[in-house]
Amino acid sequence: MASADVNKGWYKRNEIAITPWLFLLPAMIFFAVYVIIPIGQSFWISLHQWDGLGEKTWVGTANYERLLGWGDQNIDRKFSVSFWNNLKWLVLYLLAIPAGLMISLFLNQTVTGIRFYKSMFFFPFVISQVVVGLVFSWFYLPREGLLNAVLGVFGAGPVNILGDPSLATYGIIAAGLWPQTAYCMILYLTGLNAVDPEQVEAARLDGAKGHKMLWYVILPQLKPATFIAFVVTIIGALRSFDLISVMTNGGPFGSTRVLSFYMFEESLSEFGFRMGFGAAIAVVLFFIMLGFITYFLYSMYRDEKGAH
Amino acid sequence: MHSILKTSLAALVTAGVVASSAAADGHGLSGELNISSDMSNPAPRAVMEGLAADFDALHPNLTVNLTIVDREAWKTQIRNSLGANPPDVVNWYAANRMRPFVDAGLFADISDLWAEPEFEALASTKGAMTLDGAQWGVPYTYYQWGVYYRKDIFAEYGLSEPTNWEEEKANCQTLLDNGIKCYTIGTKFLWTAGGWFDYINSRTNGYDFHVALARGEIEWTDPRVAQTFANWRELIDMGAFIDDHQTYSWQEALPFMVNGEAASYLMGNFSVAAFRDGGLTDDQLDFYQFPVINPDVDYAEDAPTDTFHIASGAQNMDAAKEFLRFVTSADVQTEINSGSGLGQLPVNANSSIDDDKFLQEGFEMLSNNAGGGIMQFFDRDFDAEMASVGMEGLQEFMVFPDNLDDILARLEETRQRIYN
Repeated sequence: MASADVNKGWYKRNEIAITPWLFLLPAMIFFAVYVIIPIGQSFWISLHQWDGLGEKTWVGTANYERLLGWGDQNIDRKFSVSFWNNLKWLVLYLLAIPAGLMISLFLNQTVTGIRFYKSMFFFPFVISQVVVGLVFSWFYLPREGLLNAVLGVFGAGPVNILGDPSLATYGIIAAGLWPQTAYCMILYLTGLNAVDPEQVEAARLDGAKGHKMLWYVILPQLKPATFIAFVVTIIGALRSFDLISVMTNGGPFGSTRVLSFYMFEESLSEFGFRMGFGAAIAVVLFFIMLGFITYFLYSMYRDEKGAH
Repeated sequence: MHSILKTSLAALVTAGVVASSAAADGHGLSGELNISSDMSNPAPRAVMEGLAADFDALHPNLTVNLTIVDREAWKTQIRNSLGANPPDVVNWYAANRMRPFVDAGLFADISDLWAEPEFEALASTKGAMTLDGAQWGVPYTYYQWGVYYRKDIFAEYGLSEPTNWEEEKANCQTLLDNGIKCYTIGTKFLWTAGGWFDYINSRTNGYDFHVALARGEIEWTDPRVAQTFANWRELIDMGAFIDDHQTYSWQEALPFMVNGEAASYLMGNFSVAAFRDGGLTDDQLDFYQFPVINPDVDYAEDAPTDTFHIASGAQNMDAAKEFLRFVTSADVQTEINSGSGLGQLPVNANSSIDDDKFLQEGFEMLSNNAGGGIMQFFDRDFDAEMASVGMEGLQEFMVFPDNLDDILARLEETRQRIYN
């Protein structure tokens, strides 16, 4: 036995242990180069004052102190505005999930031309976020916009949604919900295909119908779809950058900034030469996202354990 | 591979040739000259391509490679571009906008060029090209700012060009009484509000005060700054500006004037082309200098200068310097700034101005009636961070003038952080 082992090469002897790592290696290298190392670099840069061109100057935690208002400083106002806007995005964007569910239930029937209706409802997800942003900013235009034309019919006064600091963020979120609802709808439509007709039949025999049927029979079977819809919606809410950039450019007077936009403005935009401060914002955003990621990983882990 | 081969071939050839003929006639430029330009709009693009082709033709042994980048994109791309393997010549802007690149040592010091006698003709912009006592680039064009107005509307209500603040407000009141807004403006991208601040502040407190404020030497909470905003507020409270301007870009604000809903626009001369495209004839469109507010201070004018610079990592320094001499020469500046080119003002004092009424009037104004000084513009005179925070505050002020104290406190906080 021992002699047979010796005759085999080193790789052959350790094949079982090594092969999985070989398969993992490419992914690990790319993950390290494009994700792990940049996270470390961002953190390192955030401890410096740096204009992105010349030498870095070590400032310790000064960027964080300014951002979070430690010591005798006030919390950075732009940061708090961006942070609350991020929260608004996260919470309100979740409306896409029930809305997508409603539409998918409505579309989950066989009538003539249903494929056409489905594709029409899915259409907004196919077009680029930038186009969605443009279409909605025309829709909201204070004088020529369709919204004000409709409001005018009902005698309501003109509103300038994107020009009003208290409304602008909601206006952009509404624009973002349009494609996001379509995305959730598709997820639920595929989920509904997998619903077990026998269970529905059995529930019907037991007298379940209407919202009881939905809540106790259909929804539990849609749980995987709901989980995915939740994940993509949270990710979508954190990727609000392009809509904001197109629709308001962070304005009016910075009221629609979110953390990612603020980071861009500070470090990479036309007047942004504050890489260290931008990196500090990125690190804070990273920790917020880490909270969500941990939650996802944990619930996936829990589900896997439950399945076995 | 191809370009490496070409370069080394060219180098070989020159090594042989330079010694004999080329060096003798003083045009021994060889190799490649790489230019990155932000002149991406149709007319400037044609001008830039013409410049590169002409310079190429002048120097048979030199290959000029021109890369044109979208003008807005260039504002952020220039950083990467100047980093590794930079082009020889790049476009940028004068004054404080050069600061980050000068501080990082990415622009070459070209004070030796400015010491040449030919550069006497550019003396008017030497100050704007100077940082830390050295010059870092050369100007190729500039343009005046001022109030562009609908002459036909003014005539209809018997108004004449105002020369002082009282007349300006009286004109405005007449227009408002007739249901016409005095000024159109689009502040979505903020900088347009900077123009209003430049003018009202320099007319209220003078050029020197304005420059000191830009350098961070004066507090934003200073009562003189408050006076500027008080003057501005008189117009805002009258309802002089169009509604919802925070939603429009400067181009989207043009139709208000073209349709006659607003009578005037404080803008740079580049807007004339847009007005003409919009259908306004020269009989309908005219120009006046921003009126006097405080009679004790001299006129100061916004006249932003666009520039060429040499990257400090330039491969072909001789050709780059020769190109800068070329674009600043009187004939070339006359040609590129003509009506068929950029339609702007040449910087070289020996150049001639195109026969366009706005250019003539603007040149006259800047030469004889800007005794206070020439400002580059809010976002070029102020530090980058101060400018971005500042312009956002100016936009907020124009929409919610009651927030002024809060805005000024914020600007002051930013000033202290940047300059202390």
